[in-house]
Amino acid sequence: MVAITDDTATLRAEQPVATRWVTAIRRNPTIAAGAVLLAILVSLAILAPWLTSDPLKQATINRLRPPSERFWFGTDQFGRDIFARTLHGARVSLVVGLTVAAISGVIGLALGIVCGYFRRIDGIVMRVMDGIMAIPSILLAIALITLTRPGLVVVIIAIVIPEVPRVVRVVRSVVLSIRAQPYIDSAIAGGTRGVKLLTRHVLPNTLAPLIVQATYICAAGMLIEAALSFLGAGVPPEIPSWGNIIAQGRSFFQIAPWTILIPGAFLALTVLAVNLMGDGLRDRLDPRLARRM
Amino acid sequence: MTAYILRRLLATLPVMAVVAVFVFFLLRIAPGDPAAIIAGEDATAEAISAVRAKLGLDRPVLEQFALWLWRLAQGDLGVSIFSNLPVTRLIAQRLEPTVALTLSTLFVAVALAIPVGVIAAWQVRKLADRLVMIFAVLGFAVPGFLAAYVLIYIFAVQLQWLPVQGYRPIAEGLWPFIEGLILPSIALGVTYMALIARITRASMLEVLSQDYIRTANSKGLATRRVLLLHALKNAAVPIVTVIGIGIALLISGVVITETVFNIPGLGRLTVDAVLKRDYPIVQGLILVFAAAKVLVNLVIDISYAFLDPRIRY
Repeated sequence: MVAITDDTATLRAEQPVATRWVTAIRRNPTIAAGAVLLAILVSLAILAPWLTSDPLKQATINRLRPPSERFWFGTDQFGRDIFARTLHGARVSLVVGLTVAAISGVIGLALGIVCGYFRRIDGIVMRVMDGIMAIPSILLAIALITLTRPGLVVVIIAIVIPEVPRVVRVVRSVVLSIRAQPYIDSAIAGGTRGVKLLTRHVLPNTLAPLIVQATYICAAGMLIEAALSFLGAGVPPEIPSWGNIIAQGRSFFQIAPWTILIPGAFLALTVLAVNLMGDGLRDRLDPRLARRM
Repeated sequence: MTAYILRRLLATLPVMAVVAVFVFFLLRIAPGDPAAIIAGEDATAEAISAVRAKLGLDRPVLEQFALWLWRLAQGDLGVSIFSNLPVTRLIAQRLEPTVALTLSTLFVAVALAIPVGVIAAWQVRKLADRLVMIFAVLGFAVPGFLAAYVLIYIFAVQLQWLPVQGYRPIAEGLWPFIEGLILPSIALGVTYMALIARITRASMLEVLSQDYIRTANSKGLATRRVLLLHALKNAAVPIVTVIGIGIALLISGVVITETVFNIPGLGRLTVDAVLKRDYPIVQGLILVFAAAKVLVNLVIDISYAFLDPRIRY
């Protein structure tokens, strides 16, 4: 066993870096495609202030200009540069997507482990989760937003709450199946208890499905944020998020379709990139789930 | 069977109870003063306390809850803050367009996605399959409003085959009614179709590898007969499950699609209520939508018994 691992290690070390990359890409083409696409979009978002002009600067003399050499993506009814607004919108979307995935991942993981492990709490928590899942997520988010002042934090919280039950269910089912494994019994027999049992033996097994689920939640979070902003119930209208840009272009769609189609295409591309990563990771980390789809 | 249906029906009660408790206490635990937020930026103290009285926030919580539940049990969803009309009546007025849109989307999606999924499974790893899978992956990424605007741009603005927006009730004639629903149904159904096509393909692939399919093929049955009669029927349970789960997508999507196409249904009612912060309407709509979702799940559960005689209760 040791000899074999040593062999592959030396083999791998002898391979040039480029070949190793080619092998990795060939083995996981979907992860690679998603990663490349996402890397491009993230760099555009980070570099937005240096690549573009001020996304809020109005110039009525340039209103509703179609895409041209000067305005790559055209301008809106206030003469604002859609290229600048779209790249800045990427920042809002990515921040919302990542934050929503991270927060609902952490809360869902904690609740899922507790439910899977402490059977007495399980019944109550899962009934509450069933109830929350019965409410369509956009409506739940809308209801929360109706009752508070608009802002990015409120939008993130409103998207997190309906997503948490999805994580809880995945983590809980993994914990339940692990609990029945003989190695957990032997760990308990060996004197491992409580927190150490959970962190050493249970937690690591939940990570793969959790990561897969988190990528899908990241994509869903971005779509819901855009939908909320589009409906006028999302981030405040002065923030150039993709949903807001599209909402503000609505009345001019027939004469200036670029104000909607370009930010919309960016949103679709970003969601596509994250979903591709999710599909690739699922095939790699969770073969049982992969076979079902 | 009757006992099973009754048992499933009873099991929906705790879920609906959680939903009811949730929407009730949401108003009470919301940060800040919801009454002040609902009344608006520059409302007077009197206006704020009027809203508070209207929402019942000036009475003890348990008394409010008991009263609210009592009224709910009688089908009373409260009164709109702005129009003073009963929420049940406002919902009833807007029901027709939403039901029409949801049903036509369901019909279009099922009628297109299942054949497409069957063809993909039959032609697995060939061109047709690849195209279907590309559509399925894109369908999950394209937001409903983008699909809607692309469709409007092509078929309404450029080709001028269909109206840009608007809704005509069925009472005004069948063709105007259908004409107004074509683009909204496709836009609303994009993700739903992707989901159904993907599951149909996966489920068919699993069934097509079974021994009885080889038997059917080798005894010379026509491909179409094998695919539809032997394979699709046995692949039906996961497909029906996904059709049911996907109804949730339609319910969320209705809010967006009705806004884009200016259809005066429950989705528009939701958006208008949110913009005016008319919480009783939002609350009533959540209860109605959640009940619809729970009911669909119930129907799906019961339909298993008819689809797969191996499932016994």
